[in-house]
Amino acid sequence: MKTLPPVDVVIVGGGWAGLLMAKELGARTSLSVVVLERGGARKTENYSTDMDELDYAIRMHMMQDLSQETVTFRHSSQQRALPLRQHGAFLPGSGIGGAGEHWNGVSPRMFPDCFELLTSSTEKYGVNRLPQNHALLDWGVKYDELEPYYTLAEKLLGICGKAGNLRGRKSEDGNIFEGWRSSEFPMPPNKIPYFSALVRDAAKSLGYHPYPIPSATPSRAYVNPDGVARSACVYCGYCERFGCMIGAKAQPSNLLLPVIQRHKNVSIRTGASVRRVVPEAENKKGKARGVKYVDAKGQEFFQPADLVFLASWTFNNARLLLLSGMGQPYDPKTGEGTLGRNLTHQVAIPAATLFMEKPMNLFMGAGAAGIRVGDFDGDVFDHSNLPFFRGGALEALITGHRPIGNFGIVPQSVKATWGSEWKQAALHYYDRAAAIHFYGEHLAYKSNYVDLDPVYKDSLGDPLLRLTLNWQDNERRMAEFATAKAVEIGRAMGAKDITPFPGLRDYDATRYQSTHVQGGAIMGASPDRSVVNSYLQHRLATNLFVLGASAFPQNSSANPTLTLLALVLRTADALIDRYLKHPGPLA
Amino acid sequence: MRRRHFLTLSAASLGGVLVYSLDRKSFLLGAKDKRLRVPLCFFTEEEALIVAAATSRIFPTDQSGPGAREAGVVIYIDRQLAGPYGSDRYRYTQGPFEDGPPELGYQGKPTPREIYRGGIKNLKGFDRLANAEQDARLQQIESSRFFSFLRQHTIEGMFSDPIHGGNVDMIGWQLIGFPGPRMSNFDEIDKHFGEAFRPKPISLQQVTNAVVGPGEDE
Repeated sequence: MKTLPPVDVVIVGGGWAGLLMAKELGARTSLSVVVLERGGARKTENYSTDMDELDYAIRMHMMQDLSQETVTFRHSSQQRALPLRQHGAFLPGSGIGGAGEHWNGVSPRMFPDCFELLTSSTEKYGVNRLPQNHALLDWGVKYDELEPYYTLAEKLLGICGKAGNLRGRKSEDGNIFEGWRSSEFPMPPNKIPYFSALVRDAAKSLGYHPYPIPSATPSRAYVNPDGVARSACVYCGYCERFGCMIGAKAQPSNLLLPVIQRHKNVSIRTGASVRRVVPEAENKKGKARGVKYVDAKGQEFFQPADLVFLASWTFNNARLLLLSGMGQPYDPKTGEGTLGRNLTHQVAIPAATLFMEKPMNLFMGAGAAGIRVGDFDGDVFDHSNLPFFRGGALEALITGHRPIGNFGIVPQSVKATWGSEWKQAALHYYDRAAAIHFYGEHLAYKSNYVDLDPVYKDSLGDPLLRLTLNWQDNERRMAEFATAKAVEIGRAMGAKDITPFPGLRDYDATRYQSTHVQGGAIMGASPDRSVVNSYLQHRLATNLFVLGASAFPQNSSANPTLTLLALVLRTADALIDRYLKHPGPLA
Repeated sequence: MRRRHFLTLSAASLGGVLVYSLDRKSFLLGAKDKRLRVPLCFFTEEEALIVAAATSRIFPTDQSGPGAREAGVVIYIDRQLAGPYGSDRYRYTQGPFEDGPPELGYQGKPTPREIYRGGIKNLKGFDRLANAEQDARLQQIESSRFFSFLRQHTIEGMFSDPIHGGNVDMIGWQLIGFPGPRMSNFDEIDKHFGEAFRPKPISLQQVTNAVVGPGEDE
């Protein structure tokens, strides 16, 4: 193994979290910064010819190469885990920008009470009404502290939307249930496609409160505070699973990379697969000394650094800490150990698939152009007669229906799945079927966690990460409730036929849900319950920071990217203003 | 060395006008009466005839329009199987291989190539059966992985960009009114409410004016 010249900072992972930290450190300090990204290089020009559904949305060209590394899965700790051999429920990215390149850009904030979920739920409902076996926690940071960073993140990305709560002033053009915001969205909402407009009007007629989705697909040309200019979204329908072919959608490669490249103190090495964080002391309780990685040719390196950032997505953040022996693995039997606990995955379901009389031109769309209905989200509605906690958002979003993924969606009355009868029905409904989705909160439970698999290995011989995860009654009942609401809206729209979601049973790793998998290296107020403090700083190794949604103690109905960017910006401020002057615990 | 196999097709059965990217070059054939010999990358001619017959029962040519035969679905599948997908290049294929609950997905060892080879073996003579007999044979294997591949790959071959060998002349896209990778819908997204808006389909190469290498040629 070759030891490289030391640097001030090494950042593991070149996605949203890692490149945002690299940009902040590059622009605001003279520290030498190296970003290690295991995938390849990317730039906007690469996407000019990527509008190919087969290679990108079906064969998953932008996703992690599972032949090298996947995760194993089981529903409970009594079962034996098996590898997820092909992509399914979530889509980890690879390469510069990571999953931030192929995201849809849906960018809501979390509710203020999400950050204090244990305290607020206990106060309101009492300990006895919380679900058995829950592992709810407060985050150690309050919404009011994070609000300025949400605002900064929205300006950085040029989020489109309409404020529903501007310093307490409510507007029904936005989400009246949202937490207060200090300023209006930087950009007006996107145009609303036909299907979303139908859902919006029906929801309003029922007395609900639909609002335009906060989106990172610009409604008009935008220049952000870093001087990065992007053109308006053209609603081509190739956001999710694609990089934006005109560089309009906010992506790390078009927002952060150009700024990083202006600063000589930051360098990026691609094809660099980090295998271990190297601790200072043999007892592994000390600080981090740097990281070990393997390059694309298989050569091993040790990169010493004064500061180490893990920013390699939820799974790999937890896995690197486990492989490196940094922290005590969580034990679900005793509840001891913090590393690996609170694995969550947003409750994402096609609540109701609607079959409409008229064609809807569903090929037009954008990753975040549409509406959400906020009346059943968080704790904004009366739960006193409901058999579950919290809630989620109903969503009518047309990301652009592409034909391989959308052909063959027919009403349940059509029994044939191939042949003339099926073909005729599938042709008729091809442009007449669309779903109201639901994105609900996933509470943390003691029985959902990650650790290292004892059997299956990656291509380098290291153990795979093992997921132990299943739904509980709270999610099942929430999904049932949301399905009924979506069906109600569908009926008000005059849908000719409706297929309701059949219900959540055991967690299905084959059905794509979202890439909002969270936890494993969680933040929190208490050292015996969290891996990192509220500044994402490791509890034991204070020069190690773990950035990303791996830090979220439980899952919100809000998609995670904006919140994780706000947390990274807050960490950058604390690091630059305080830590660099006086290294040590920030909280 | 594999003996070179060809699938001999009458161009008329493929819709008359063909846009094909044979050997990575685009061909435009106005060949109503000609016979066409398509070089096969994976299948033998006998296998290709069976797959062509089976996929055209899944997506038949009938009163509702053209089907798998006209779209060249068998050519699409042949190329996919010859490429990295066919050999599970990007799938996790380390053992041990064990059965698990369905929610964990396919756990088997056989690759798409092996599943096709095995499945086709059981359909010997299929292409020479009458339609009703073919349907009865397919019903018998409906629950197999081979059949679910046939069905999924038929949809892919009908509707993927023509660079992949199927969707000849964008016949699948014309059938459903999909315009292909249109560069901008900015002026239309909030119009045409309640009425079909059907721009003429264009392919990725036409849109980008670039030679795009399909993933199967990697």
